[in-house]
Amino acid sequence: MEEINALFHGFTVALTPFNLMLMFVGIILGVIIGVLPGLGGANGVAILLPLTFSMPPTSAIIMLSCIYWGALFGGAITSILFNIPGEPWSVATTFDGYPMAQQGRAGEALTGAFTSSFVGALVAVLMFTFLAPLIANFALQFGPPEFFAVYLLTFCSFVGTGKGNPFKIVASMMLGFAMAAVGIDIVTGQLRLTFGFTELLSGFHFLVAVIGLFGIGEILLSMEEGLSFSGHGARINPTIVLQTWAKLPRYWATSIRSCLIGCWMGIIPGGATPASFMSYGVARQMSREGAKFGTGQLEGVVAPETAAHAAGTSALLPMITLGIPGSPTAAVLLGGLMIWGLQPGPLLFVEQKDFVWGLIASMYLGNIAGLIVVLTMVPLFAAILRVPFPIIAPVIVVICAIGAYTVKNNMLDVWMMVVFGVVGYAFRKLDYPLAPMVLALVLGDSAESSFRQSMLIAQGDLRVFFSNWLVGSLTGLALVALFWPLLSAGITRLRAALAAGPG
Amino acid sequence: MRIQRSVIASAALLAVALAGPAAAWEPTKSVEFIIPAGTGGGADQMARFTQGVVAKHNLMKQSVVPINKSGGAGAEGFLDVKASKGDNHKIIITLSNLFTTPLATGVPFNWKDLTPVAMLALDNFVLWVPADTPFMSPKDYLEAVKKAGPNKFKMGGTGSKQEDQIITVAIEKAYGTKFIYVPFKGGGEVATQLVGKHVDSTVNNPIEAVAHWRSGKLRALCVFDGNRMPYKDKVTATMAWNDIPTCKEGGIPMEYTMLRGIFMPSGVSPDVVTFYVDLFKKVRGTAEWTKLMQDGAFNQTFMSGKEYVDWVARAENIHRELMRDAGFLAVKK
Repeated sequence: MEEINALFHGFTVALTPFNLMLMFVGIILGVIIGVLPGLGGANGVAILLPLTFSMPPTSAIIMLSCIYWGALFGGAITSILFNIPGEPWSVATTFDGYPMAQQGRAGEALTGAFTSSFVGALVAVLMFTFLAPLIANFALQFGPPEFFAVYLLTFCSFVGTGKGNPFKIVASMMLGFAMAAVGIDIVTGQLRLTFGFTELLSGFHFLVAVIGLFGIGEILLSMEEGLSFSGHGARINPTIVLQTWAKLPRYWATSIRSCLIGCWMGIIPGGATPASFMSYGVARQMSREGAKFGTGQLEGVVAPETAAHAAGTSALLPMITLGIPGSPTAAVLLGGLMIWGLQPGPLLFVEQKDFVWGLIASMYLGNIAGLIVVLTMVPLFAAILRVPFPIIAPVIVVICAIGAYTVKNNMLDVWMMVVFGVVGYAFRKLDYPLAPMVLALVLGDSAESSFRQSMLIAQGDLRVFFSNWLVGSLTGLALVALFWPLLSAGITRLRAALAAGPG
Repeated sequence: MRIQRSVIASAALLAVALAGPAAAWEPTKSVEFIIPAGTGGGADQMARFTQGVVAKHNLMKQSVVPINKSGGAGAEGFLDVKASKGDNHKIIITLSNLFTTPLATGVPFNWKDLTPVAMLALDNFVLWVPADTPFMSPKDYLEAVKKAGPNKFKMGGTGSKQEDQIITVAIEKAYGTKFIYVPFKGGGEVATQLVGKHVDSTVNNPIEAVAHWRSGKLRALCVFDGNRMPYKDKVTATMAWNDIPTCKEGGIPMEYTMLRGIFMPSGVSPDVVTFYVDLFKKVRGTAEWTKLMQDGAFNQTFMSGKEYVDWVARAENIHRELMRDAGFLAVKK
């Protein structure tokens, strides 16, 4: 196997003491970046990029990609502990992770999140190693109709399987779409819904909304419930990691599904955020305990984390082979490649073997290093919840405010975050789900532009969404997912009728 | 930390004041480098590249901090600089959205609200088609487009009512035909869509499409500059940038390049502007810069002072005319 030889050569490149040191530095920086909401992997890598210009390119990309792994790991920490997603792809982790923390199972949730992140990444790297050239061409098949079908599938798999009042779900989602539409419209180049305020030009940033809706909303809710932080029951338990590991193999089916969803979304490139939502939705539908999702199921943490990390890792593949970044962080790394004089594209694998295989080897090693670093910190993180609420709450509010400000260096965002906090509180009091709104806010813009691009290309003919096997099957799957509750009810009734029939 | 820094800053200011106007101005804190575009794009790369070169060669005592303000097709960044009147520690890199965004959206800013510093380079536009199409020259291609009739061939481009669509409209005018213009978010995405044949042609910048050109997936038909690109080293097996004919040679009477230039807030003193002009002269003198220019087949024109101001004024008029012809101007309310 040529790949194996190349990979071992890659390990010899990556395993120098200098590169190993950079790996750990990168992971630790990345975790910190992931923990601070608003800073984000893309910003973190962008800030540190210039530091690497004096290093050899291989060392530089090892360090930067380790920051990226660290941020992927770190995003889960605040989601689980405080219901504040540090990164967009950890929003779905809050759905079950935070309830677990409230029940005093933060250590279990964190271990589950980190371990499944690692599994997702490992599967993606294996695919990277052996199937890279094959898969690279698959991404080229995705034009606007295919992209729209993927977004449609994400929405449908999340909504069709959701529980609660469908009208409330739709209302919440529509509000998200409306907010996503604020700002410049890519298809016409005109401003929409800004009402003449230049402050609204850039629209609502997703992270500001999420920090407000989840973080501040949660604090308001806790305050109402009498200044107690229900997670303080967390005990420091050094064996929690092993105990959780014993439980994880039970979720092998969810893991495999999530890996597949993640790898696929990373390649096309749909990104880690839709992957995590889609994976959570599918797991909720397929799991035997699906009805209990949202109340603190370990499986509900495993699904989004596995998919997010698999997608985040495989997002580097289209970047290297085609020069299209699968995520904002990959976009900054891409800029780095060019500065080091490396040209991303189909020839990189041929012309820069050391670099490519060094990077792939560092993906294996970086993720192992990352897992060790974060797992040793689990008891420490869980212990944060023992701090009394009156002390931790102001700290969280300050972190949220800094996070919201960091997104665009804009004070207005901090006020917007407060408003979103009140909205989040009201939503929960009135029993409206937040997730559909967040999902629509994240993907609304991309879904809309790919739909309108398709309509331009097809000159308004909706049949474009069934014009070839790829887009046709995606659209078909989306419709099945949307009407799944009706279908499964129908199937159950049919089965009952058949069973009753002969007798 | 902050207090300490401002103490140092005020001490430095005092020192400058005591030394009188003879001492050259220097930044007393880190310089914000605003990018009115998203991460990963051409302007972003150039700004981050500058940051790296300044740090590596120690061209300035303080550091450069790039900040993306991409909202509203770049309006967010320009409005920020407009509002920072007299701020000596803020610079902005521009692309054509300096002209197109206010003209198309009516957002209240104009280059005259800023202080022009220097032109770093001009970015080229090339007409690309997939390599396995039979079109060998711009004439072949456009005749085919014309023959197929309006709204049959698809032109992909970055954004709407921005440079790519302006060029598209100019081609349509010259040939009396019509493309379906499909706007995408970024240049890299546009190039990939062309390789995947979801569109029929694009006018990508060289740096956005070069990887696919080298791997034999794309064919370059012509460049929209007045003269051929000067780079004679072979990029693909058979072609150098210099081998690509100009679109004028190919029968499209259209010239277009995009400004990669530096501006500052208004109300800064000439000393400050001189400092930044010198800084960018030093940046342009590095070997890294030369390589970037070559890789991206940039037009390396450098301008500052009155020459630059005149160029910008002329470019604004050209954009206004092109956009008026295309019907892209914002309706005045």
